[in-house]
Amino acid sequence: MSVTIRRHENPPWTVLRVGGDLDVVGAPDLRQAVVAAVASGSRLLVLDLSELDFVDSFGIGAVVGVLKRLRQRGGDLALVCPSPRIRRVFEICDLDRILALHDSIDGVAEAERLGSGSAWRRP
Amino acid sequence: MNDSIEIEIPARADYVSLVRLVVAAAAELAPSLEPSRIDDLRVVVSEATTNAIQAHLRSGCPRPVKVCCRCSDGRVSVTVRDEGPGFDVKALPEMPPPESPARLGRESGMGISIIRTLADECFFRSGPHGTEVSLILNAA
Repeated sequence: MSVTIRRHENPPWTVLRVGGDLDVVGAPDLRQAVVAAVASGSRLLVLDLSELDFVDSFGIGAVVGVLKRLRQRGGDLALVCPSPRIRRVFEICDLDRILALHDSIDGVAEAERLGSGSAWRRP
Repeated sequence: MNDSIEIEIPARADYVSLVRLVVAAAAELAPSLEPSRIDDLRVVVSEATTNAIQAHLRSGCPRPVKVCCRCSDGRVSVTVRDEGPGFDVKALPEMPPPESPARLGRESGMGISIIRTLADECFFRSGPHGTEVSLILNAA
C-alpha cells in the first residue's frame, strides 16, 4: 500500500492526514506535500497519522525533515498518533522527546487552548 | 512446524512492501507469534530490505536482493542478503541527543537502532562483497 496524503486547513493549522505506508517509497510524497504547504504559507502543521498503517525509519526521517523545515521558519509540528504500534517507532527514535504526540485532533486543540506551547512541543 | 520461504527481488524500493507482506503472511502461519510481534517483524524486515536495496542501487549491482524467512513453532528468523559494498556496523555514527539542534539534521541512520530494539536477536555480517543481516523474533 502506498502513502495517501490529504490536506485541509484548520486555521491556524494545516492538517495533513497521512494514511498507508510511510516508508522509503512514501517518505518523498510527505516531503513534497509539506514543501507545498509551507510554500503556501503554512507554519503550524499537524500530521494526522490516525490512518497510517506502517512507518519505518525512512518515514521517521521524513518527519524529522518536516520538523526542521518548519522550525527554521518559525513554525512547528504536532503529531496525531493514536496507534501504539506507530507511536512505538517514534519513541524508539526518541522523537517523542522533541515532538508533541497527541491521541486526536481534539487533543491538539485542547493543548492549544491550555497554552504554554504544549500542543507543539513536549512539555 | 519448520517452514522456509525464499524471495528474490529486484533492487527497487517499490518491492519493499511486497517483502513485508510476504514475510508477515508467512509469520502469521506460525501461530506462536503475537500480532504485535508480527508488527515488529514488518518493521525490522523493512529496514533490512531497504538498506539492502539501497546498497545495490549505490553500487550499481544488477543482481537481486535475497530474503529468506524460516518459521518454526518458537521463532521467526529472516535473513536479508545483498551484494553491495558492505559497511562497518561498528563505525556507524551515533545519533545526536534529541534535544541537540544537530538532531534535526539527521534524517537517516535510525534503521539499525530500530532493528536492535525490535528484534530479539540480530546479526550483521558485512564485507566488500555484500552484507547479510539475520533477524530473529521469538514467541513470547
